[in-house]
Amino acid sequence: MSFISYLINGISLGSVYAIIALGYTMVYGIAKMLNFAHGDVIMVGGYIIFTFMSTLGLSPILSVLIGIILCTLLGLTIEHIAYKPLRKAPSLAVLITAIGVSYFLQNMALLIAGAESKSFSSVISVPPLSLAEGRLTISGETLVTIPLCIIIMVSLTIFVRKSKTGRGMIAVSEDKDAAVLMGINVNKTIAITFAIGSALAAIASALMFSTYSNLSSTSGAMPGIKAFVAAVFGGIGSVPGAMIGGILLGIIEIISRAYISTQLGDAIVFLVLIIVLLVKPTGILGKKIQEKV
Amino acid sequence: MKKRIFALVITLSFAMLSLAACGTKETADGNEKFYIGGIGPITGGAAVYGQHVKDAAALAVKEINDAGGINGYMIEYRFEDDVHDPEKAVNAYNTLKDWGMQILMGTVTSNPGNAVKEETYADNMFMLTPSGSAPEVIQYDNAFQVCFSDPNQGMASAQYIANKGLATKVAAIYNSSDVYSTGIYEKFAEEAKNQNFDIVSAEAFTDDSDTDFMVQLQKAKDSGAELLFLPIYYEEATLILTQANAMDFKPIFFGCDGLDGILGVDNFDLSLAEGVMLLTPFAADADDAKTQKFVEDFKAINGDIPNQFGADAYDAIYIIKAAIEKSGVTPDMSISDITDGMKEAMTQITVDGLTGAGMTWEATGEVNKAPMAVVIEDGQYVSAE
Amino acid sequence: MKTKILNVNKSMGSNLITIGMIVVAYTVCQTLIATGSMTNLLKNLLVAMCYYSIMAISLNLTVGILGQLSLGHAGFVCIGAFVGAFFSKVTISTIENTFIRFSLAILIGALSAGLFGVIIGVVVLRLKGDYLAIVTLAFGEIVKNVINVLYIGIDSKGVHFSMSDTASLNLEEGGTVIVKGAQGISGTPRNSTFTIGVILLILTYLIIVNFINSRSGRAVMAIRDNKIAAESVGINITKYKILAFSLSAALAGVAGVLYSHNIATVQSTKFGYNMSIMILVYVVLGGMGNLRGSIIAAVLLTFLPEYLRFMRDYRMLIYSIVLIAMMLFNWAPACINWRKNHSLKSYINAVVRMFKKNKKEA
Repeated sequence: MSFISYLINGISLGSVYAIIALGYTMVYGIAKMLNFAHGDVIMVGGYIIFTFMSTLGLSPILSVLIGIILCTLLGLTIEHIAYKPLRKAPSLAVLITAIGVSYFLQNMALLIAGAESKSFSSVISVPPLSLAEGRLTISGETLVTIPLCIIIMVSLTIFVRKSKTGRGMIAVSEDKDAAVLMGINVNKTIAITFAIGSALAAIASALMFSTYSNLSSTSGAMPGIKAFVAAVFGGIGSVPGAMIGGILLGIIEIISRAYISTQLGDAIVFLVLIIVLLVKPTGILGKKIQEKV
Repeated sequence: MKKRIFALVITLSFAMLSLAACGTKETADGNEKFYIGGIGPITGGAAVYGQHVKDAAALAVKEINDAGGINGYMIEYRFEDDVHDPEKAVNAYNTLKDWGMQILMGTVTSNPGNAVKEETYADNMFMLTPSGSAPEVIQYDNAFQVCFSDPNQGMASAQYIANKGLATKVAAIYNSSDVYSTGIYEKFAEEAKNQNFDIVSAEAFTDDSDTDFMVQLQKAKDSGAELLFLPIYYEEATLILTQANAMDFKPIFFGCDGLDGILGVDNFDLSLAEGVMLLTPFAADADDAKTQKFVEDFKAINGDIPNQFGADAYDAIYIIKAAIEKSGVTPDMSISDITDGMKEAMTQITVDGLTGAGMTWEATGEVNKAPMAVVIEDGQYVSAE
Repeated sequence: MKTKILNVNKSMGSNLITIGMIVVAYTVCQTLIATGSMTNLLKNLLVAMCYYSIMAISLNLTVGILGQLSLGHAGFVCIGAFVGAFFSKVTISTIENTFIRFSLAILIGALSAGLFGVIIGVVVLRLKGDYLAIVTLAFGEIVKNVINVLYIGIDSKGVHFSMSDTASLNLEEGGTVIVKGAQGISGTPRNSTFTIGVILLILTYLIIVNFINSRSGRAVMAIRDNKIAAESVGINITKYKILAFSLSAALAGVAGVLYSHNIATVQSTKFGYNMSIMILVYVVLGGMGNLRGSIIAAVLLTFLPEYLRFMRDYRMLIYSIVLIAMMLFNWAPACINWRKNHSLKSYINAVVRMFKKNKKEA
């Protein structure tokens, strides 16, 4: 019974990683950049929702909507100021800029919101599900997170495959120069990708802080890194891959903590990652890279 | 590329020159004021501790200066950031030395303290750490602590649990990447062998995975523990309390001074903290006039309710004052002479502070004061005696 | 990664300039110290600048020369730091001569970091690009997490290991705990000096430059520029990749030993991905493949946060803005154009021309 309970716990943690990883993988797949500031956008989203919900007393749904809008604007602003001028620069230069943005957001949050952490109240009011005479409980947050994660994944996949903008995104990700020739506005496509990624970050922050209520200026950093790992795990650039990677990562983390060592949980997660990548060098659902001669 | 490098070199040499130029300040002779420096994290993940220390100490300094200073000498106070990093802490120490620091009130956390103590020992500078609780921080004779050392807290917790007969089966969750937490836990586990209770489950977490505690809680629950020992800080404790509640696990929660502050977390559901016990020298809602005044004044400058770090720092400044008054050192003496005078005075003074009445010090640097057990009832601390 | 990598393999001249710069900086600093006009802060930062420079140029070997992105460089630094500090603490009573002990510590630190470099290299170097980056990141985190729970003590019976706590080491009376979990190693002898730092920096620089100009180095750069072409002319790709990677790791280990002997206490939590990224920032900012640039960037960025202390609470915010601004200044097209028109060199040339003209007239 405790195994099932750990498994559910793992899926719950994993679905949070998955939803963050979706944002990572979207941006990476299209703009070919590791947006290290993604985790911090989630942190900012948490503060925005917290402010509207707990300080100003708005309804949770409205607060999350405002969070989505403001995060989208934030994402677009970051993209416009810090990433767009570097479109032709080496990918590493953009990576470093993203790190600068990440430091910036963290320190800005520290200055504005203060160092004392906040306790985020859950935006979800679904009652927990009790199974097997109360020996197994699934929290309301998990009950909402997992289906929501699947819905987002499916709609993102459909959007990318079917809509004109979505197909533009695929074109940009495969060959930027050819996409320009086909009349696709690359800058606009990348901006839309960032907008979607940041909106996803806001949703992720609502779900993440509902489950793990501690909100401080650094609380986006580690989930961000773990979600990045999850995205690579599933095959970076692949939308279903991010979802699978996230959930697997959560399960591995919890199970290794439960049965091997609580101190070395992270080390084991990273070890499994290395092993998986050695067997499947581009992640679970990653495309094979063709080497051109 | 070459141009860029060249520009960098130019910038750098200008910067170096400007720093070298302002480094010639001589402060050792003819000082009219005591220069007290503070070191702690005011940015990064541990910022909350350093900011409380910084503001509380500034408050004490202002009070002392308004009341005429120490033996008529005013205090100059400056606080530098160490981002909870030993290397940055040494940089902060040197920055303060350049500024003319004569007495160090720091560091706030233990690992940076371990690095800085080597510097203060080499310079023979008096060092009083408000909250750096690892015993290694006060290894040398020029260093003293305001807070309890970690092993002392672990020992006191184990004895308290046994003497009060709180439980026979005890579980513990601690932070294995934190010196404070492992320090308390190790001594607690050692002392538990001499006491009439058993540790049935001891699980750790790290700073990198401090959000999900379900596994640790599940293990504690399965082991049938009646009491959960939490030698950790209050941020993680709020998560543990929330998650324990969600899985219907309701043991006695018992913590150390790191849990103080839990009632001040913005928007935290206080009903979850009901019945939590902690050993702490300071309670922000104690009803003595001194604490209440401190809490009011602190809130006016910082906005938050002070945690025990702030209280320790406030006391630290008054302890420095007492030691200076006892020894009769003056700001125009050399740093080494000030230190020699003060470290001798430290073993002779008795200070009534926010964090304990009748505090005295051993020559080793350890403080003697009585820990106070409190229990949270209706969102308030109530003495558990 | 294949964009605009500078040709390091220029000539002896360029190398002499770099070493000359280091020597001049060293002399200036020593003079300032001797005349007592250098601040305590700067005096203390000098060693830090040396080891961060070593970290930067060693990572540049992997990123710039080998062309592989590594986000786990701090892991190698960590191994060097702990092994070196451990060795020094164990032998402090048996090897009396500081110079010999410290040299051995550096050697052993470098060797163990290099050994891990070989192991990691063999396992992961067949991955590419971002996948390699993430695996190195994973490696760095594993090292950090494992050392964080490592307890090692010594008594008359020998060395005791544990992964849980001090008590489980079962040391006999009089035994000492050397590595103490989260607290790491404290009380390491502080042998690192500015002079040693500079000597090691120059040595590291020479080793890397020599490597680049050697047959192996040319092979490595051929692999970076075109792997398939390199393979087709019979270059053993795996061998050279591992060679460069482990050399880079070993040199990072040297920086680690220097680090742990500079401040008396060392914890594994310091060496997380944040540090790896910081080293990467030096490399990217200084220019990939450009060793001199790496050194300058490392020195500058070690200095900057300390220089910004007068900003008080805004310090790290300003630091992040400066970082973004520098990247934009370096790479944004608008800034590149502006720099072309306003470069210092053009001004200097103008001044020199004016000067020459005056001379002729006179």
